[in-house]
Parts: sequence; structure tokens; C-alpha cells
Amino acid sequence: MKLTEKAEEILESMWIAIEEEGKGFVDLEGIGAAADEPALRELVGHAFIEVKGERVHFRPEGRLEGEKTIRRHRLAERLMMDVLNIRGDSAEIKACQFEHLLNEGVDTKVCTMLNHPTTCPHGKRIPPGECCEEARKSGDLGVVPLTELKPGGEGEIAYIQTEDSKKMQKLMAMGVLPGNRIVLTQSFPSYIFRVGFSEFAIDSAMAREIFVRK
Amino acid sequence: MDVFKKKNSCHSSANGSTGAGKKVALVGNPNVGKSVLFNALTGAYVTVSNYPGTSVEVSRGSATINGAQYEIIDTPGMYSLLPITEEERVAREILLNESPDVVIHVLDARNLERMLTMTLQLIDAGLPVVLVVNIMDEAERMGLSIDLPLLQEKLGIPVIGAATAKKRGLDQIRQAISGYNRGVHAVFGYSRRLEADIASVASLIRGDYPLARKSLALLLLQRDEEVTALVEQREGSGFAAIAAVVKEKSFERRESFHLDLSMERKGIVKGLLSGVFTLPDKRVVTVGERLSRLAVRPLTGVPLLLVVLYFGLYKFVGEFGAGTLVDALEGKLFEELFNPWITGVVKGVVPWEIIQELFVGEYGVITLGLRYAVGIILPIVATFFLFFSILEDSGYFPRLALLVDRVFKKIGLTGRAVIPMVLGFGCDTMATMVTRTLETVRERVLATLLLALAIPCSAQLGVIMALLSKAPGALLVWSLCLLLIFLVIGFAAARLVPGETPMFYMELPPMRLPQLSNVVTKTYTRMQWYFMEILPLFILASVLLWIGKLTNFFDKAVEVMSPAMAAIGLPKEVAVAFIFGFFRRDYGAAGLYDLQTKGLLDPRQLTVAAVTLTLFIPCVAQFLIMKKERGWKVATAIGLFVTATAFGSGWVLNEFLLVTGIL
Repeated sequence: MKLTEKAEEILESMWIAIEEEGKGFVDLEGIGAAADEPALRELVGHAFIEVKGERVHFRPEGRLEGEKTIRRHRLAERLMMDVLNIRGDSAEIKACQFEHLLNEGVDTKVCTMLNHPTTCPHGKRIPPGECCEEARKSGDLGVVPLTELKPGGEGEIAYIQTEDSKKMQKLMAMGVLPGNRIVLTQSFPSYIFRVGFSEFAIDSAMAREIFVRK
Repeated sequence: MDVFKKKNSCHSSANGSTGAGKKVALVGNPNVGKSVLFNALTGAYVTVSNYPGTSVEVSRGSATINGAQYEIIDTPGMYSLLPITEEERVAREILLNESPDVVIHVLDARNLERMLTMTLQLIDAGLPVVLVVNIMDEAERMGLSIDLPLLQEKLGIPVIGAATAKKRGLDQIRQAISGYNRGVHAVFGYSRRLEADIASVASLIRGDYPLARKSLALLLLQRDEEVTALVEQREGSGFAAIAAVVKEKSFERRESFHLDLSMERKGIVKGLLSGVFTLPDKRVVTVGERLSRLAVRPLTGVPLLLVVLYFGLYKFVGEFGAGTLVDALEGKLFEELFNPWITGVVKGVVPWEIIQELFVGEYGVITLGLRYAVGIILPIVATFFLFFSILEDSGYFPRLALLVDRVFKKIGLTGRAVIPMVLGFGCDTMATMVTRTLETVRERVLATLLLALAIPCSAQLGVIMALLSKAPGALLVWSLCLLLIFLVIGFAAARLVPGETPMFYMELPPMRLPQLSNVVTKTYTRMQWYFMEILPLFILASVLLWIGKLTNFFDKAVEVMSPAMAAIGLPKEVAVAFIFGFFRRDYGAAGLYDLQTKGLLDPRQLTVAAVTLTLFIPCVAQFLIMKKERGWKVATAIGLFVTATAFGSGWVLNEFLLVTGIL
């Protein structure tokens, strides 16, 4: 089952109005749809909504579907901002196009990659998915930059994220390689960590680029 | 396949070596004991330290082993065959250009796993490698056990356990050098994909190279500029095809080639070490580690730094070196005994007054030049270098570096610059030379500028401290002025000089108790270098001053400079100190010392003169080194800037002191 883009957008604006703004229903004008809009018929056909005259109500299945859709939208926004570094209006437009691709398990992958974010770049809540629940239960804090470890904390190096290949080589030469254990011994004024029997000091800019799985 | 053809002919690769015998190159990570081994093999001395990246220069020495002559080459530390820093480039240059007959890879037993990847690279490159697993004593103390015979078997090259600082394993190393026989070494297989990529490049390489083709191909794929240039030159028209394949392959793997390669090497090392390297059950925390904790925490580290500075710099160098020792040498030995005696001798032997003046006059080569050099400068510099060497060997500097990194970032440097800065308090010339260990050109320029301007060298520092300690408050004003100028100029320069502040990273070597013999020899070599460099300049300065006095040029120069002196509120006699100061800053400071003893300066004038002189143009030697390291444009610009800032600050300070009447 795959909804059309227009249908997904209707679900989203309904979900925001009803779930976040506390309205009981939306009117057709509010979601910018004419009464003969095919997307409405599609949603009614899936038993997601009920249309009573000008008023549009959620059915329980629709509410759930709306939540999933809004989740995909906000994950897409985060992806644009955090990973692809696209900001502003163009980020919004791209996110709108992108969200429709995030179904059939792709959203779970993106969510895990982003380490189960809870809010979108505008500060709104991202409804948690099953993957988020699972991660929370297993106590898996996921992959965090070295700066997030407390002194004395340790973990396994997951990856190094840097655009500077010289720096990457230097880190690798120091033994900062995915799979190695790393122990953070101090975080101020510089970060001090231990890999194997060697100790290194780095600044925070560099520590931000080492990602560790706790 | 022609890839393997080269191996058979390798035995006659002594083409690079000359009459000096076979060449042996020592390579390895920084701070693993290469220099100690070099000293042990050659009996010569290079500066050994507990600070990564101290061997900037390549040292060469000769050794006789079993009756045969060898040339031993000590290289700067390198982490990998693919160079990133200048030092690594220098080190690899030797492997590329000098085709050594034996390459000794020295590594730290405790970090075998990490450092063995370079051994792989060296073996891959087809170099005649001997592996020295050094610092075995500390590894054993930590409870590590390493099965060296098994490792030797797996690698197919000689593997020797050693503790060079304790003279352990030296004989075996000598045996391995003299009996070196290029046998069959192990061949490490990478993943099928990587091997295919390597082969696609290697099969196109036709020329003769000091490195094996597999290794060349890997370096080409890693986009090594020097190797690319070398291959381009050797291959001629065939290079286009190689470049095309390299471009294609490295684009295909653009995401993570470096990482993939490192991971594969890591996997190989893991395999090699299984059964070889056994970790202790419990981590042993040594005393050094506890001390290290104290040094790196701001709460304990800053007080520790102050204690070190107070006792080391103020008490030992300042009071003992510049006070007690100078009084004994200059005051007693020279003024009371040696100078009157030599004056008598010279006057008795040489009848002409002009020549007498040259040797024993007011600016005489002996009475002034030698007296300054030996009586005043030598004791101060000696105590400073002793202090510096002890700190260096204890492993304190890297800890200091990480402590000050945040502050140094503000002035466009990283914590790494702490070594040249501290060394600058000993000798700015030497420190300017050491700035080349800094990573970016921008950092080097900034450090050079700050050294030239605001860091007084030990000789100067000693004299100025002795001078100002007689005027209460003057020392404080002087230090605050210099600190302010250091920060303000550093802050401004960091914003004006284009480029980004580089990142800071540094290996922290274990803290250890410095070895007396090491400290002594190190201090001695540094002093020797210093003395060889300054004595001729002092003598030259004396001669020039003598000529100046003879021709009255000197008086004229003082006249010319007197308006500048008057502007900053100083008597014109101070110009003498500034003219001295052009030859060496410490010489100038010593000149001030003379003036003050004659009672020509009040505390305000003394402070202004001291600040201006400290900031004033670097000594001739430093200027020459600046020109050599940074080029004449940068050197001249820095020179002009420093002069302007010195007199400008002197003027401002004088006005300020006059208005406020503090001193």
C-alpha cells in the first residue's frame, strides 16, 4: 500500500491540526482540498478518514498512518540538516520531496543512522517509531561523538567523520580505527584518550569527528 | 611476472652507498627510541628527548660492526609510509633516495599492535627491514608478554627485542645489521578487491624504483604527490595510462580508500599478533601515570606549572644561574682576576694602543666579547638548558601543550607551539629553527613573529631580571607589558594572517624519570651548539664596535639614535645598548647592565629601556635563521614590524609611566 503524495500531505496537516493543536476535526478549506479531490477519495477508500460535509475526521487507522507520515517528514528534515547540510527553504522543499521515499523500512534505517532523534530542526517532536522503542529498551545509546563521553567512559570507535583526509590519516595512524576500544580520560582543557597503551590529546574540534559506540 | 623480477637483483643494491660503507636507516614512530639507538650504534650524540617530533634534522654517523664500516642514518619520526608532516616527508625521502642496505624499524613494544602496520608497509615496499621491538623493559613491567621468535617466523624478517636506553639488545641489533641477508619475507594478502586494484596499477609500472611496485601502486592510489611526481618522471609516456587507472580506481573508492586500507592492515596485524602478544589481566597503573594525571588536570596542572616555573626558571635559572654563577664568573673571575691579567699581558706584548684597544679596550674582543659570552651568557644559558632538558626528558611538555592549547588557539597557534615558545626562553634562534615542526606555514609565521618580538631569550632574561630586581615593581611592569604585547599581537596577528587555525593532536609519551647521563649530554650538545654560534658573533661585534669607535662612526650612530632615545625618555647612552642589541639581544641587555651599574638610569628609564630592548629587533643570528626558514620577505617584514612595535611600545609605556607616576 502506497499513498499518493497529496494524500500523505493531507494526513500530515490533519495530524498536526488534530494531534498537536488539539482540534477535533479539520475543514476542507483548512487542508486546501476541494470536495472532489481524488486524494480524499483515496484516503476514504483506505478507511483512514471520514468526510462529513465540510468536516474531515480521523479514523483510528488514519491517526496512526498520519503519525508515521509526520515522522517520515521530520526525519527527512533532520537528514537534510544534519547529514546533507542543506538549510533554509530549500531544505524544507527537499524534505517534502524526500519524505515520500522513506517508507518500507527506509525510515527505520534513517532513524537509526540519525541515532533516533526526538525533535525536528524546528523543535517539534518526532513521533517515536518501533526502532526508537527498541533502542531505548536495549539501552543502546547508539553512536555518539567522543565529546559526549564522560571522562572515564569508554566505547568502541564506530567511524571517523571528517572531510580532511590528512586528518583522517593522522587519526588512523594514531590507532583511531573503527573497532578499536577507546577510553576517554579527560575532556578539559583538551580531550585525552587512550587506545591500546598509547595516550593522545586532541582538541574538541577533532573529538567531535570521532564517533564512538558505547 | 616482472613485478617480482626486482627482488632477485636487490642484493646488489649497494649502488647508493659510497666509500662510507653500507647504509643503515633507522625509522619508526616518533618517540620510540631511534635516537638512543643511533647514539648507541655510532657513539655520536644526537639530541634524545621524550617529546614527539624532536629530531627535525637527519643525523648521520658511522659505526664499525664486525670490522665493516656502516653509515647510520637517524630519521625523524614517521607514522606511515604515506607522509603528512614535513618530518615524515624528510624521513621517507631517505628511504626513496638513498636506498639503504638495512632499514631498522624501531617500535614501542607496548604499542606493537598499532605500530606494526608500518612494518607491514616497509615489508610491502620490499625494503630490507629489521624489526626492533624496543622499550621491552617497560612493556614487561606492565605485564605484557611478546613471543618474538613467533613474530619473526610470521614476518620473515629479523625481529629483535630491545631496551636501548638500558643497552639491552644492542649486540643482537649489530649482529642483525652485519649479518643481514635478504631472505624471503612474508607477503601479506589484502582483500581480493584491493589486490585487484593494486595489480591494475602495478602492472603498468615499468621503471626501476627503490620501492616495490605493490607499494608504489598503493601510494599512487592514496594520491601521494611525491610518488606521483616520481612515477611521472620515470615512466615518461607510460604515465598517462597509469594516471588514468589511478584516477578511475581512486574515484571508485573515493568514499573510504584510506579507511579501507587501514582496516585491512589492521586485520593483517591482528592475525600476525594472535599468539604473539598477550595482555595482562589487569592494567597496571604506574607512578608516571599518576603524575601525568596531575599534570593534565587544570586544577592541579596550573599550580604544577607555576611551581615548575618558579623553581626551574626563577630560582634555578634566574637566581642561581644569572645571580650566583654570573657573580662568580663575571664579577670575580673576569673583573678581578682574568681581565687585569690579560690586559697586562696584552699591553706588555703589543706596543700599539689601537691594537691593544682591539683586544683589551672598552669594547675589546677579550675584555668585552669573551667576558660577555663566558661570564654572563654562558652560566645563564647552561642553567636554562639543563632545566629544559630535564623537563623535556620527563615527558612534561606534551602535557603542557594540551593544557595551553585553548589559550594558544586564541593567538592562532596550537598547543604544539609550546615547545618552540618555551625553548625561546632559552634561545630564540634555536626556537625559530624548531618552529618547522609546526604543521602549517601560518602557524610557523605566527610563532616566528612572537618569538622575534615578545619572547626574551634566557641570556637576556637573566640579565634583565638581575637589572630590574633592584627596582621594585619594575620587574612586574616589565612582565605585564611583555605578556600584554604577546597576547595582543598574537591575537591581532591571528586575525590578520590568512588561513585557518589547525587542529591540535599529540601523542602523550609516558612520564618517566629523566636519566642523568642523557640530560647532561643533551645540555652539553645544546650548549656547544649555542656557544659555537654565539662566540664568533660576540667577537665580530667587538671588532665592529672597535672599528666604530676608531672611525667615530659609533659616536655618530649614538647621535643619530639620540632623538629616538629622547622620544622614549632615555639618555642617549642607552643607544649603545641598542646598537649592541642589534648583534645580539642578550649583548644589548648586558650593555644595559653596564649602564645601570654606572647609575645612569632611574627605574622608569630602566623599565622602558628593558621593555623596548626585549621587544627590539632579534639578534643577527635569529634574523639569519628567520631568513633561512621563512624566506627574506617574511623575515624582513617581521624585522620591520618588530622594530616599530618595540619603539612604539617603549614610547607608550614611557608616557604611561610619566602620567601615572607608578615608577
